[in-house]
Amino acid sequence: MAYAMHSTSAETFRPLAARPAPGNNTGAIRWLQANLFGGWFNSTISLVLIGLVLWLLPAVSGWLLLDATFAGDAETCRQSAGACWPFIVDKLPVLMVGVYPQELIWRPGLAGLALVVLAWLTYTNRLNGPMLILSWLVLPLFALVMIGGAFGMVEVEQSLWGGLMLSILLALVGVIVSIPLGVLLALGRYYGSPLIKALCVGFIELVRGVPLITILFMASVMLPMFMPPEMVINNLMRIQIGMILFSAAYMAEVVRGGLQAIPKGQTEASLALGVSPARTVAFVVVPQALRHVLPPLIGRCIALFKDTSLVIIVGLLDFLGMIKNAAFDPEWLGFQTEAYVFAAFVYWLICYNLSLYGRALETRGAGGARR
Amino acid sequence: MSFKSKTRSTAWGGQSMGAVLVQAAVLGLVLSGVYVLFQNTQANLQDRGIESGFAFLGHEAGLPIGDSLIEYDPTRSYGYAFLVGILNTLLVSAIAIILSTILGILIGVARVSSNWLLAKMAAIYVEALRNIPLLLTLIFVYTVVIGSLPHPRDPISPMDGVYLTKRGVFVPRPVVEDGFQIFLLATVIAAAMAASFWIWARNHKRTTGRSVPGFLGGLALFTAITTLAFFASGSPVGVEVPAYRGLNFAGGLTLKPEFVSLVTGLVLYTAAYIGENVRSGIASVHPGQIEAANALGVSSGIVTRLIMLPQALRVTIPATTNDYASLVKNSSLAVAIGFPDMVSIGGTIIGQNGQAIEIIAMWMAVYLTINLLISVAMNFLNSRVQIVER
Repeated sequence: MAYAMHSTSAETFRPLAARPAPGNNTGAIRWLQANLFGGWFNSTISLVLIGLVLWLLPAVSGWLLLDATFAGDAETCRQSAGACWPFIVDKLPVLMVGVYPQELIWRPGLAGLALVVLAWLTYTNRLNGPMLILSWLVLPLFALVMIGGAFGMVEVEQSLWGGLMLSILLALVGVIVSIPLGVLLALGRYYGSPLIKALCVGFIELVRGVPLITILFMASVMLPMFMPPEMVINNLMRIQIGMILFSAAYMAEVVRGGLQAIPKGQTEASLALGVSPARTVAFVVVPQALRHVLPPLIGRCIALFKDTSLVIIVGLLDFLGMIKNAAFDPEWLGFQTEAYVFAAFVYWLICYNLSLYGRALETRGAGGARR
Repeated sequence: MSFKSKTRSTAWGGQSMGAVLVQAAVLGLVLSGVYVLFQNTQANLQDRGIESGFAFLGHEAGLPIGDSLIEYDPTRSYGYAFLVGILNTLLVSAIAIILSTILGILIGVARVSSNWLLAKMAAIYVEALRNIPLLLTLIFVYTVVIGSLPHPRDPISPMDGVYLTKRGVFVPRPVVEDGFQIFLLATVIAAAMAASFWIWARNHKRTTGRSVPGFLGGLALFTAITTLAFFASGSPVGVEVPAYRGLNFAGGLTLKPEFVSLVTGLVLYTAAYIGENVRSGIASVHPGQIEAANALGVSSGIVTRLIMLPQALRVTIPATTNDYASLVKNSSLAVAIGFPDMVSIGGTIIGQNGQAIEIIAMWMAVYLTINLLISVAMNFLNSRVQIVER
């Protein structure tokens, strides 16, 4: 503009003075302006929230740490205003494994270690496809053998299993059995002939339409009535079956989403190459479908782990059951807040890390299938 | 899609011989399985002396129920007690759905807010609540939060007439007085007038192209008429304020600790999921559209109402339908804290007479019906916001 105006006159061209450089666009003050105090509305919200944090933080940190008792017994705890952590330390073995014999704790410990090692091997892609699937299928059997005792090891009755160990076991067996079952149900629903399709749809919709508690009641109360009197299945096994059937219906819907995402051309190409329909499904369609739905599959695993807490309603003493028991111990009466806060922390830690693990698997490409 | 090859199809309804044989085998297997289970069940029921059938529903229940929407006493029948449970389940679900939707929208909007602190706090809320089992949240609210409230002697009163105590929450109760019928009639007439104004405004816009604020105008009409009618009929709705007498509060509306905990737990948990749905809905709208609208000088209200919301709802509604259905199913956790919902009452009945099969069948029937109704209603809503593809 300036140039155009001046060019018409006889004067020589004189450019305008340069504008000052923009002020500092980074730094703490700018950040605060952009993210907390942009406009009166934002500033008001920020001030209210800062007030809330300043009010809550001292109270919470005081109770959790500053005023808390870390050593001593119930008496020392009652003297102080803060949390009582010796209570959790004292109860820790029971919370972890229930009334499992103390001298045999190394056995569930070993099973837990195997789970962690296998999760790490999966994450780092150290195992190839068939080996990976085989080891995940063997893992629950290994865990059951180690915890229960077989092949000459001292046997531990299932009524003694409990605590976090039982929660993880129920979720692990539940997930590993329900995924293949869910795949079968999804295949039946997607490819099956009319009768098989109707049976699969009926099962999936019926199970998904009712709460898990009613399924657990059914497994616990009704299953014995369906069975011949000489066939006795213990309560833990029945509840595990209930959880597997419940989980399988949800897994089936997740897998169906994956099946729908596979382009038709893939199966057509595979069939045209002379691969049999069964092999096409097993080696072309299902592996890709599972990879597509890895995030919701991990989501279902987390949901199943959270759902194991419901078994206390049908009389098993899992982690939450042991927490409730601990809160009512006459020796440590009055510290239930600590018990529930600890339980929330443990559940949160496991579920949050599972979701991080799932995200990591997704980006790294599970089972050696990189893009 | 199917793998059946056309050339092999025979007269069996277009299906190959092999497929028919497989289906016949599966059908036979399923039927014989059902038969064996039926035989076992009959024998087991006879052994235990349990009389099957729904005749027990007419027998006297004799079980006490703490919370009841309709009049109930233990001399009523089992069927009536179960009905009380169904109504309690519906009440808790309806209230929790409304409250969790409100909280969920707030959380979802907060997560995409430009205010860093607000967005972070909403994120912490979502990550915490979603990764802790609902049952634990429920028990925590019931035993720790409600349990640490003061005795009715010395209640917390956030506002006049509302008292928080460990025996429950006491709030004022609206009471109908004389002249309420007149007010009710006026309300119905006002609603009809507001609706016809809205329809007229829509038609007016369609025929003349002139925009009349139909919804807001109708709302204003409704509010004005009902307010006038309220005072003209002599303010026929009174308020009964709870008062502390003896050892507890009397009068007003009492919300029992079990009810308050169940609703609180369900709302906190479900709102985290709905918040995520809302966030993904908002994130699904391309920011370029909003920038374009802003550049064209469209007001921010219209941007939200006509550009942002219709597209965000497309993503949000189907996911939220699932969360509503889960909420209804999750209300069955009431049994853990002793709120008399359908599952809790049914469980007590099983304990008394052992008729598990009938009760579990009734549970399943009711839950399936509720979920079907939710999905029909939400699908109707959904069909109105989806893109109509050619």
